[in-house]
Amino acid sequence: MNNLLPLPVLLPLLGAGLALALNRRPRAQRVVASTALVGVTTVAALLVWLTDARGPVVLWVGSWPQPLGIALVADRLSALMLLVSSVVTLSVLLFSMGAPEAERRRETPISIFYPTFLVLSAGVSNAFLAGDLFNLFVGFEMLLFASYVLLTLGGTGERVRAGSTYVLVSLLSSTLFLVAIAAVYAATGTVNLAQLSLRFAELPHDVALVLQLLLLTVFSIKAAVFPMSAWLPDSYPTAPAPVTAVFAGLLTKVGVYAIIRTQSLLFPDSHLSRLLMWAALVTMVVGILGAIAQTEVKRLLSFTLVSHIGYMVFGVALASTAGYAGAIFYTAHHITIQTTLFLVLGLVEVRAGSTSLTRLGGLAALSPVLGVLFFVPAMNLAGIPPFSGFIGKVGLLDAGVQHGGFLAYLLVGGGVVTSLLTLYAMAKVWNRAFWRPLQTEADELETVGVETVAQVAQQPAGRAPAASATEAASGDLEEEPGTTLQQEEGSEDLPTGRRMPWPMVATTTVLVLLGVGLTVVAGPLYGYSTRAAADLFGGAAYVQAVLPGGNR
Amino acid sequence: MTPNLTLAVLAGVLVAAGVYLVLERSLTRILVGVLLASNGVNVLFLVASGAAGGAPITGVTEPQDMSDPLPQAFVLTAIVITLAVTAFLLTLAYRSFQIAGNDEVSDDVEDSAIRRLALDDATSGSYDPDDEGHPDEEGQATGEEEGERVTADPESSDADPVGFEGRTGGTTEPAPETPGEVPKAQVAARAPGEPPPSPLVGAGTTTEEEGA
Repeated sequence: MNNLLPLPVLLPLLGAGLALALNRRPRAQRVVASTALVGVTTVAALLVWLTDARGPVVLWVGSWPQPLGIALVADRLSALMLLVSSVVTLSVLLFSMGAPEAERRRETPISIFYPTFLVLSAGVSNAFLAGDLFNLFVGFEMLLFASYVLLTLGGTGERVRAGSTYVLVSLLSSTLFLVAIAAVYAATGTVNLAQLSLRFAELPHDVALVLQLLLLTVFSIKAAVFPMSAWLPDSYPTAPAPVTAVFAGLLTKVGVYAIIRTQSLLFPDSHLSRLLMWAALVTMVVGILGAIAQTEVKRLLSFTLVSHIGYMVFGVALASTAGYAGAIFYTAHHITIQTTLFLVLGLVEVRAGSTSLTRLGGLAALSPVLGVLFFVPAMNLAGIPPFSGFIGKVGLLDAGVQHGGFLAYLLVGGGVVTSLLTLYAMAKVWNRAFWRPLQTEADELETVGVETVAQVAQQPAGRAPAASATEAASGDLEEEPGTTLQQEEGSEDLPTGRRMPWPMVATTTVLVLLGVGLTVVAGPLYGYSTRAAADLFGGAAYVQAVLPGGNR
Repeated sequence: MTPNLTLAVLAGVLVAAGVYLVLERSLTRILVGVLLASNGVNVLFLVASGAAGGAPITGVTEPQDMSDPLPQAFVLTAIVITLAVTAFLLTLAYRSFQIAGNDEVSDDVEDSAIRRLALDDATSGSYDPDDEGHPDEEGQATGEEEGERVTADPESSDADPVGFEGRTGGTTEPAPETPGEVPKAQVAARAPGEPPPSPLVGAGTTTEEEGA
């Protein structure tokens, strides 16, 4: 059964090669890409069942004598992460296939997009399955490299600007990661996580602390924990919608996964709880305050992404089974919801031609479906009761209260405030983009030209908004003055006010339903997270599975 | 084992020089900095691998005299990755040069817009104008409101027409000589009271036309 383990890495990589070879035949490429990802999802689901039923699955690749080779390990945590990430990746792939022809050519040029997307998926899987630090590094590099290409697709000025920031920050963190690996190897003579877990216990405390801080810094840059989070909102929003969605869902979570793994397995006795709690608090509060200040919805969501990383760090900082369980559940929830929200924004962009709050309006009347699709995950993100966001937050806050102490209570308060402010930010988007009447007249005409502004000036004041409201209410099919004006103003490349293609809507709907479904399966899922956390705590099961003979 | 001091100092110097160069604004210098730093890290792996010895694995050296092969494998992997990243960064720098005429890493457009709004102490574009009783329409209908807006921000009166020209030029006419400059000029010239016109959309389309 452990021969399943390389498949989540191999399938997308082989798919990427095949897709590159088929670059003249887009249909075949699509079939290859989706087949590979369906395969990964199936294997991940099997692994979830296997790890839960029989404990961690280990494969020593290449059958070297045991402590020498490269180990791939799946325990409950990595299997769950693998399943959620592959489901999300598959949905985003289907979403991008549903995009209209013209946009697809511009935003996701087929010959590059699919192979790169598959390499990204392989990198994510490799990072989740890696059994040693250097393989984790290789996984990170694979996914980062694919993300460099995806982020700068098309090479427009905006994306080159955002891309250079992103590439440099990632490079810097990779260099630091290498320094950390060199230091770890110099101190212990191995990079295998299970062996490290045994050997770190024997290191002098100060040496271990330096290594721990190095690794934490590296992973915090990847996960966008506060002082190292400034790169994220600058770089994500410029990418094409499906790319932003998959980045937001997966890349930072791989960093969170690495933090959880190293903290629980390598440093079970040195929690650095206070440091991590402060980092979590500042990440939550600064992130959400940043979100409130934004007018561009994609940037706003990127800031909420940073903010909610704080919740996961909070769970890790508590260093208890309940804390880890909450963090794991929250990570699974957040991957799904954040991706869904960015996909909905992709739909908004198709429907209204913009994602800036100053240009949007009347979307709920224009397209009630879009309203529902946005509202459900938005409330889920904010943590409104029936949804999984609420369950995850309650789990984390409960773990905080169990932990006790001034700082933990401060964080519980901070978590509640952040949740409220998230609700505020989401309500702001809802009010301005979906509920208020379309205020195109003054704003749009100004951008068109002087003559049209003169026409508006002749209109009696106060009539304009009312008129637009009735027009917005009159239905989906009619072209509105605002949208036609937008078309005049924009280039032919960027058709606006179109109907949303049904495959995109369908994929997004499925993801929204999945997000709601997390509530339905919350009981078993939370139980699974708790069992995963119990595995992590102490790490005995992991070490026992990887090194059965007590190999040191 | 005693670490090799020369190698450690060399690694330190290389990384320090790399960090200094990474702090520059020009992508080419940053690239050189990245190269120096990553070579410094590669040297660091040699320190980590312990005393130098004979060739491992091939069987020409006794096991106790071998050098450690694992860090060398790490370094090889790292070198390959650095090579690929260097190629990618070079293309980025070249593309940036094609678009903007230089290869400097510029400030984020939205960031600078928000910073400028904060400096002017003006309301952001997302502030709901409904609460003010539609100042936009009324402001154009009556002269008084217009005057109020001018006093609220002294720059808006002379900045407005400039922004107007820049915006219509950016969207209807063919792209100017340096399209990369367009978003900055638009944002800088925009009056703070107004909602942001469409710096992102405008810039995106012009540069895309340029690219195609």
